[in-house]
Amino acid sequence: MAEPWEEQSEGTVKKFMFVNRKAPYGTIYALESLEVVLITAAFDQDVSLVFTDDGVFQIKKGQSTAGIGMKNFSPTYRALEGYDIEKLYVDKESLDARGLTAADLIVDVEILSRQQLADLMNEQDVVMSF
Amino acid sequence: MKFGILINEGPFTHQAADSAYQFAKAAIAGGHEIFRVFFYHDGVNNASDYSVPPQDDRNVTDNWVKLAEANKIDMVVCIAAAQRRGLLDANEAQRQGKRGDNIAPVFRISGLGQLVEAGIECDRLLTFGD
Repeated sequence: MAEPWEEQSEGTVKKFMFVNRKAPYGTIYALESLEVVLITAAFDQDVSLVFTDDGVFQIKKGQSTAGIGMKNFSPTYRALEGYDIEKLYVDKESLDARGLTAADLIVDVEILSRQQLADLMNEQDVVMSF
Repeated sequence: MKFGILINEGPFTHQAADSAYQFAKAAIAGGHEIFRVFFYHDGVNNASDYSVPPQDDRNVTDNWVKLAEANKIDMVVCIAAAQRRGLLDANEAQRQGKRGDNIAPVFRISGLGQLVEAGIECDRLLTFGD
């Protein structure tokens, strides 16, 4: 049976940006947002992700969730490449404020200033903020 | 203009759904089209037919039902988010072996592809959340 995303809106490609603002655990935003990202990629759209505020913790190395009884879903970020999602941007100020560097992250990202991120957002057709 | 609306918060705890409702009403009054309202995260709780707020408070679900019926708005509830939170339509309730269903009549259950499609088809997709 064909899935709904395989038969609708064929041909149109828009620029979708997902702005991830929350820590990976504590709320469900990061996990459920990742599901939207994967479906958007399945629609063959031009997908980019931004990690800002506590959202930078979503892609921090060494997440261990056994103690809180939650699934560690951070390996999914490493699988994004397989869905042709390669535009990952991180807000430098957010990273600096939390004492993190690119070496602390589980994926290759482009670290940008807030002005650069604002310019990038202006170029998008759809921005979803979680 | 053709608008899509994404609602990420449930009724009462957050104002997001009220703001989205007021926006939708104003947009329609201004001659615009609401292509679809998509309910995600705790936003799925907007579709609960079992919500009974005090009589001197607004009834968020009823507001949606009336607005959607009067204007033929497509009201879509994310199936995965809804099932996590105990929101089931008659088919799903039966399939999952649950005693009852609780999705108000104007809402329909579907997948995240409907959100992506709204992003592609609409001139603007607006996120209402926290």
